[in-house]
Amino acid sequence: MDDVISVEGLTKVFNGTLTAVDHVNFSVHQGEIFGFLGPNGAGKTTTIHMLTTVLKPTEGSGRVCEYSIREDPTEVRYCIGVVPQEYTADEDLTGIENILLCADMYGLPRSESKERAKELLALVELSQFADKKVETYSGGMRRRLELACGLINRPRVLFLDEPTLGLDVQTRAATWNYIKKLKEQFHMTIFMTTHYLEEADNLCDRIAIIDRGKIIKLDTPEALKESIGGDILTVSTKEGDDDVTGLIGKIPRVREVKKQDSTYRVKVEKGEETAPLVLNALMKQGVTMTKLSLSKPTLDEVYLEYTGKTMREEEGGDSVFRQRMTLRRARQ
Amino acid sequence: MTKENHNSKSMFHGFWALTNRDLKKWYKEPILLFMSIIQPVLWMGLLGKAMNIGGILTGNSVSLSGIEGNLNLSPSILQAAAKDQTLQAVMSALQNYFSSPQFSTQIMKQTFGVSNYFSFMAIGMLSFVVVFTAMFSGMSIVWDRRLGFLNKALSTPVPRGAIIMAKVLNSVIRSLIQAAIVIVIAWLLGIQFGATFSVLSLLVAFAGLFLMCLGLSSLFLAIAIRSTKWETQMAVVNLLNLPLLFTSNALFPTNFMPSWLKTVSKFNPITYGTDVARQMIINSSVSLWGIGPGHLLFDFLFLGCFALVFAGVGIFLSVRYLSR
Repeated sequence: MDDVISVEGLTKVFNGTLTAVDHVNFSVHQGEIFGFLGPNGAGKTTTIHMLTTVLKPTEGSGRVCEYSIREDPTEVRYCIGVVPQEYTADEDLTGIENILLCADMYGLPRSESKERAKELLALVELSQFADKKVETYSGGMRRRLELACGLINRPRVLFLDEPTLGLDVQTRAATWNYIKKLKEQFHMTIFMTTHYLEEADNLCDRIAIIDRGKIIKLDTPEALKESIGGDILTVSTKEGDDDVTGLIGKIPRVREVKKQDSTYRVKVEKGEETAPLVLNALMKQGVTMTKLSLSKPTLDEVYLEYTGKTMREEEGGDSVFRQRMTLRRARQ
Repeated sequence: MTKENHNSKSMFHGFWALTNRDLKKWYKEPILLFMSIIQPVLWMGLLGKAMNIGGILTGNSVSLSGIEGNLNLSPSILQAAAKDQTLQAVMSALQNYFSSPQFSTQIMKQTFGVSNYFSFMAIGMLSFVVVFTAMFSGMSIVWDRRLGFLNKALSTPVPRGAIIMAKVLNSVIRSLIQAAIVIVIAWLLGIQFGATFSVLSLLVAFAGLFLMCLGLSSLFLAIAIRSTKWETQMAVVNLLNLPLLFTSNALFPTNFMPSWLKTVSKFNPITYGTDVARQMIINSSVSLWGIGPGHLLFDFLFLGCFALVFAGVGIFLSVRYLSR
C-alpha cells in the first residue's frame, strides 16, 4: 500500500453545532509532502488533531500507517511525529531535556534516546545550545527544537502544523530547507498545514485547498495554477494597427484573447513556449509591438479564486490564544 | 498487519518523565518552594503563637476574686462563709487550682489533646500545605492545555491516565516535601512532640497525608480536566480552600462544633488526614465520631477509600475526556 494516510468522510462537529471538518476525503502517498492550505479557521488544525489522535472524529474514518485512527490510536501514535503549531517545549527545561522528555513519552530507553537526541540536535543545528534553557531560544530555534522533538521516534509520517507561523523571512527559508532535507534524505512523508501560499508552493508536492471544513481543490501546485486558466501574455501594439484577435486565437495553446484598446490579454498554456509563437505570428503579419509581458499565475490567485476574497471572521477562544502566544514567543 | 512490539516499560517511562518535568520546574525555582510554605508557616508562627489558649487559662487570666458576686449568693450566706474557715480554705484551694498550670493543661488536653494550641495548629498546617498544593495541581493541566503541550502529549503513545497521574504524583511529592519542611519549622518554633513520637510514627503520619493528597489532587485535576481557563481554577481554589479547612479539624477540634458542622467535618478527608498526623506526631487523640482514641484504622480506611475512589475517577475521566 502506497498511501501512508487515507481519509474517508472525516468529519468533526464541535458541541453538536460547529462543523469544523466536513466529510473530507484524501490520501497522502509515501514520501510526498502534502499540504493543507486554507484561511484561519478552515479546519486545518482540526484535521491534524484527528489524524494525530488528539481529537476523536465525529464521523468518517482515517488510516495512518495502515492503522485506524479510531480503533488503533496507540499504534498510530507510535508511527507518527507531530510538530504542533504552538511552541510546546518547556521553557524552564534545556533543549536536550525537552527532547529527552519527548523520547520518554515514546518509551525509548535512555541509552538510545540520548544518542538520537544528539543526532537530532545536530540535524537542526542546535548542538551548541543543547544545555541552554529554552526560554533563551529565538523563535527559529524553538521551531527547530520542536522539529527535533517530532522526529525522536523516527516517525514514518511527520505532521507539521503551520511550521513557519510568525517567523521572519530568513528563518522561514531556513526552516523550509530542513523540511526539504527530511524529504530528500529520509524520504519522509510529511503532512503540513499552512496559510502561507508561497510556503505551500515551495514545499508541497500536492496541495488541498480547504475552506469552511471542505476540500475545495486538490492537486499539484502546477496543476492548480493551470486550473485557473494558464499564463497571461499581454501584448500591446501600435495604435491604429489592424485587429489581430483572430490571428492570435488560431495559435495553438492559446485559450482566450481579450482586446482592450490596443492591448491584448492572452491566456495561454505553457507561457514560455507559446509566447514565441505569438511573437512570430505577429511579426510575420507586420504588426508593431510596443510592449510585451508574460505573467505566471501565482497560488495567490488560485487561492483567492477558490476561497473567495472576503475577510475571515477570527475564531475566538483557545486556538487564537495559542496562536498569539506562538507569535509572541516567535518574536523573542 | 501485525502490531509492532513496543517497549513494555514505556508506560512507567512516560509517567515518570511527565512527573519529573513538573518536579523540575519546581525544584529549579527555590522561590516557588519558599512561597508555598510561607503561608502555613505564617499561620502557624503568628496565629498559632498568638492564639495562646493555654495561656488564657493560666495564672492571672483566671481569677476567682469577685466570683461571689457572680454566684448570686445572698448576703447571709456570704456572712456565714466569711466566718467559716473550712469554706474559705476550699475557696482558696479552688482559686489556686484554677490559676495553676495543671488546670490549663487539663482543659487543653481535653479540648486539643495536647497542652498547647501551637502544637495542635502546627499539625493542622501540615494539612493546610497539602490541601493548597493539591488544589493548585489543577492549574498546571489548564496551562498545559492552553500552551499546547497537552495536545503534544496526547499525540504520543503515553497512556492517557499517566498524563493525569503524573500531575497527581507531582503534587503528592511536592506537598509531602513541603509538609516535611513545615514540621521542621514547627519543631524549631517549639512544637511538643508526643511521648511515643518516633521516625516510624512520623512515617505513618506522612502515609496519611499521602493518601489525603492523592485523593485531593485527583479530585482537583478531575475538575480541571476539560477546563481551558485558569481563572476558573483560581475561582474553584478560592471558593473551596477556606471552607475545606474550616469544616475540618485542622484549626479547631470538631467536638465543639455545632452538630451540622460536625456532620460536615465527618465527610471531610482533611479531618482524617489531620487526625492521623496528630495521633502520630503529638499524640493528640481527640475523639471523632465518638469512637474515641484508637480510631487510627478507621482514619486510614476512610483516607484509603477516598484516595482510591478519586484516583480511579481521575484516571477514568482522563481516558474518557482528556481528548474531545
